[in-house]
Amino acid sequence: MADTNPFLPKSSSDGSHLTGSQATRRRPVKEQLTIFFGLLAVGLFAALLIGKNGSYNAHVHENKHGSLATSTTKKPETLRPVSRGPAAGVSEKSNRLSAKVDGNLLAYPWNNSMLSWQRTAFHFQPEKNWMNDPNGPLFYKGWYHFFYQYNPNAAVWGDIVWGHAVSKDMIHWLHLPLAMVADQWYDVNGVWTGSATILPDGKVVMLYTGSTVEAVQVQNLAYPADPNDPLLINWVKYPGNPVLVPPPGIDKMDFRDPTTAWLTSEGKWRITIGSKINKTGIALIYDTTDFINYERLDGALHAVPGTGMWECVDFFPVSKTEENGLETSVNGPGVKHVVKASLDDDRHDYYAIGTYHEKNGTWIPDQPEIDVGIGIRYDYGIFYAAKTFYDENKNRRVLWGWIGESDSEAADVQKGWASLQSIPRTILFDNKTGTHLLQWPVEEIESLRLKSNEFNQVTLQAGTVVPLDVGSATQLDIIAEFVIDKEALGKATGSNETFSCGSSGGATERGALGPFGLLVLADESLSEQTPVYFYIAKGYDGNLKTFFCNDESRSSAASDVNKQIYGSFVPVLEGENLSLRMLVDHSIIESFAQGGRTVITSRVYPTKAIYGAAKVFLFNNATEASVTASLKIWQMNSAFIRPYPNNEKF
Amino acid sequence: MKSLIIFVFLLILPAEAFRPTLLLGNLIERTCRQTPFYDLCVWSLKTNPESRNADVKKLARIMVDSVLKNKATDTLDLIDELLQDGFALDPALHKALSSCAERYSVIIGGDVPEIIEALETGDYKFAERGTNDAAMEANSCEVEFPGKSPLTHMNKVVHDVSVVAASIVKIILHSQW
Repeated sequence: MADTNPFLPKSSSDGSHLTGSQATRRRPVKEQLTIFFGLLAVGLFAALLIGKNGSYNAHVHENKHGSLATSTTKKPETLRPVSRGPAAGVSEKSNRLSAKVDGNLLAYPWNNSMLSWQRTAFHFQPEKNWMNDPNGPLFYKGWYHFFYQYNPNAAVWGDIVWGHAVSKDMIHWLHLPLAMVADQWYDVNGVWTGSATILPDGKVVMLYTGSTVEAVQVQNLAYPADPNDPLLINWVKYPGNPVLVPPPGIDKMDFRDPTTAWLTSEGKWRITIGSKINKTGIALIYDTTDFINYERLDGALHAVPGTGMWECVDFFPVSKTEENGLETSVNGPGVKHVVKASLDDDRHDYYAIGTYHEKNGTWIPDQPEIDVGIGIRYDYGIFYAAKTFYDENKNRRVLWGWIGESDSEAADVQKGWASLQSIPRTILFDNKTGTHLLQWPVEEIESLRLKSNEFNQVTLQAGTVVPLDVGSATQLDIIAEFVIDKEALGKATGSNETFSCGSSGGATERGALGPFGLLVLADESLSEQTPVYFYIAKGYDGNLKTFFCNDESRSSAASDVNKQIYGSFVPVLEGENLSLRMLVDHSIIESFAQGGRTVITSRVYPTKAIYGAAKVFLFNNATEASVTASLKIWQMNSAFIRPYPNNEKF
Repeated sequence: MKSLIIFVFLLILPAEAFRPTLLLGNLIERTCRQTPFYDLCVWSLKTNPESRNADVKKLARIMVDSVLKNKATDTLDLIDELLQDGFALDPALHKALSSCAERYSVIIGGDVPEIIEALETGDYKFAERGTNDAAMEANSCEVEFPGKSPLTHMNKVVHDVSVVAASIVKIILHSQW
């Protein structure tokens, strides 16, 4: 048998190896050959042993067809437009395949009636297929322009190009041809997110991320083919693209979403691009004079450890005192700056308010404990990849956000589309809290208001539900104010229990001082309902903390949709009543508390509370307090979003 | 001197024979330990020749493009067979099978391409989305059967493979490098 210990110490043949005399050399060679073959045999034997241990029995892969699948692929079946079977069961978060649960959950098939109801009346969405990030919003020659990440081929993400639409009022949109497609080596794997900069002479410059033929993320320059075309139909990509490639120390797939540029005191243009170094999210800074050549500044605009990749970074000034927006280059004593990042890790958008130090291109948060990525979110529901732009038409800063679906992709494929954009929101600094921004739907949305119903001082005793007769209830604009019984507020016993919307039992979990609010997209029997509500928690010290939540747990009888409870703490200041605004538009609900201090956007997919069966209710599920509510509810018209009329010249 | 060189070479040779196997086992094992179905994960990867010297991203790709796609395709084949057999006489069963066929078509034609493109271009959140969706489609198919499901085993395999893939994507998404 061969030598079983290949790592024998040299001593056994030491002398013979190290002596250099001719006479003793021949013996070592023979020995060495023996050792060589011995080692080889051992090596092969050991490899055989390990190989055998590594193979697992085939019990995991019992297959009715008897054999393991081969690596040849079968062409995917074309989709059959059939109605779905009964659906009931567990949430997608579960790791185990659970048995059918809850016999009370009646089976509802997704039929075309339910699915086509989901399409919105006044939120921006293309005629079909997949959309994600908002891109390059701008105002030019009388038109608002909106671009977006789009898949022309399917209702799932992929094959991304730039869609395009225009509007006179950011509500009535007209679809235009695709602005940019993946036709260059530097964006063939994706024409990704970018931003527009309008130069002082009115020229438009677009910077966007391309995923190259080798999947490297690079920044590219594009500009309108014809600046005299107000519709900006055609775009030219700078022949010398890319203008920026990942710098040393930055991974080639962690470098995307360039911002709108702003002017430095030296007259250069400055942009920021999100990235990460290990687990630290970071906003890189570049200066340029021509948008073609860039110099990277040392360090970064800002970085926050533990936040992971920063996507869709946004950086913009807000006025501390004025109720208008500021152009992106504005700076000065009455100005604060906002840094915002979309965190790849948790798919949420975070912002923080702080001070911009222009000389070295850095930004310091006012309150590091609520820094970017660890503090305040734009929206506590579904809202991602948000981007602002300065609207010079009406002197305001406007925010766009991508609202994805929370149903199954099979449903998206069947209905033929996926994703919406939020209604554009104005952004203002909330000088009452100093920490928050206020978001509010652009005033142009009010042009869709039709008939209204007013309800004044409706008293809701503890534990009541009151129907509101408003007629059709799938397209609504609701403004409501709630006043809770002062005496009950004082008498309620405090506790040290911490409350959070997400981990609570939703609208059915009764507390002394909440929950109370509205039930929307609810059917008569309340078998399906989406509560949007306030919950007041009282601490041991008597301090009141208000929470604002959106409960999807009973929003639909279907099992393959998201049933989470979204929400957050909302600052309520001395003397403020609780106020709420809601836009209900079929499968989307946008809710604004305290003038937009805390916002929740959610997607709901009812099976019964649709069309004429959808209703609105007031409710008060508190145990000890009555609540008085005053509301105005408008029916909302459609925005008739459609392709740009054919007879107009392109 | 020559003998010394040869001796050192001999010491290295068996080490070379050992090393790739050890490391290969380690990365797959390390990765699979972070998924809820260790055995399934390890077996699926180790029996695939492409997993040799693969990094975590490649392992995710194998789990999706080979394992998940193949298992989903097998399931769709089975559904087609059942629909053609007398099995489909019961209308509720027929409905459930048809719905499952649709879901599996989406796993194969929608989720898998989405995940692969996301892995290749580095926009990993869409890979996470696609893998989570595949698990959910398999689960939803299973609960659509009013009585006993003829697809329980296949649905579980597809579900579990999707969950494993989602876990591996999460490792990439939250990676330290």
